[in-house]
Amino acid sequence: MSVSPAINPVEPFLRTERMPHIWCPGCGIGTTVNCFSRALVDSKLPLDKVAVVSGIGCTGRVAGYVKLDSFHTTHGRAIPFATGLKLANPSLNVVVYSGDGDLIAIGGNHFIHAARRNVDIKVICVNNFIYGMTGGQVAPTTPLGATATTSPYGCFEAPFNLPFLAESSGAVYVARWTAYHVRHIAHSMVEAFKKKGFAFIEILAPCPTLYQRRNKLGDGLETMRYYKQHSVIKNGASTRELKLDLKGEITVGKFVDIERPTLQDAMDQRYREVLKESYCGRGGA
Amino acid sequence: MPEAPPAAKSRKFRGRVFINWDRCKGCGFCIEFCPPKVLKFSDKFNNHGYHPPILENEPACTGCDLCGLYCPDFAIFGIREAVSAGVPAGADVPASPAAAA
Repeated sequence: MSVSPAINPVEPFLRTERMPHIWCPGCGIGTTVNCFSRALVDSKLPLDKVAVVSGIGCTGRVAGYVKLDSFHTTHGRAIPFATGLKLANPSLNVVVYSGDGDLIAIGGNHFIHAARRNVDIKVICVNNFIYGMTGGQVAPTTPLGATATTSPYGCFEAPFNLPFLAESSGAVYVARWTAYHVRHIAHSMVEAFKKKGFAFIEILAPCPTLYQRRNKLGDGLETMRYYKQHSVIKNGASTRELKLDLKGEITVGKFVDIERPTLQDAMDQRYREVLKESYCGRGGA
Repeated sequence: MPEAPPAAKSRKFRGRVFINWDRCKGCGFCIEFCPPKVLKFSDKFNNHGYHPPILENEPACTGCDLCGLYCPDFAIFGIREAVSAGVPAGADVPASPAAAA
């Protein structure tokens, strides 16, 4: 057995002693982690200034697998923790890496308010349409008609349209890709890292064990083929029209890229106006 | 070993693929999305009972690392290696590093 002279480009970013990871065969989360590692390399961010915050769920495991400063918060509280982290240490690049159930269901309120206040954090939401880790219950992103363990007759609740939710709440960068669009994801992450403010990237990923199997959509590979065939890239499309169906077309692309004062900047400006010289600023700002 | 495609013979580099045999979960993403279709499923099982990919047509590999970008299990990646003078791409390909890595 010879030792390989080359190393996997994602390896320096992984806690390899924790591999193999818990994600199922055909799950798309690992693919997004590859893109994340390439984006970190391309954006040339100093790695000791990058912090990854996750909530609970399959995607929440990312914080435990990446070899960066990371924190695995309680369910739904990734964004509040990240907000505090960023406000206390503004030199950090804070990335929230979590799933749809964690960010949008139990953490939905935090999500809209962080976007409204334009906290300078980057939110990567891996959307697999279901609560994966807890056994496949209906999530707020489950498409109409989809079967889950808690909707044996098909889901009848209208799902969230996440890019629309993010834009209307005030995010300055909104993009959606699928796990098939690996190079686009990496590029989008680089753009988001450079952006000041609340950046949101939704990544659709297969959950072959629970979502795809229960809905007879094939395995992970079948879903990736589906993403390849049914995705349409429409950069700048109106987020209002980005609803996802069980078997419909998927609109992907970068939809929002605007400038807006962040929470920190707005606070500094306001306090300077009101308090004038007596305002001493924030530590590390 | 199949012949190297004509395009590969004029290249200044050679693509190589490294596979971490026991980390693979056999999802097939790398096989499906490899642009020159270099990989195929092995007949053998790894320690966890999956069929990892093996190289079917290594000379055609461009070292684009798309397999590495897709692999959800961090088990495969590709590199580009400079071809030394006088050794055309595709010739003298060393024994597949797949099983060794």
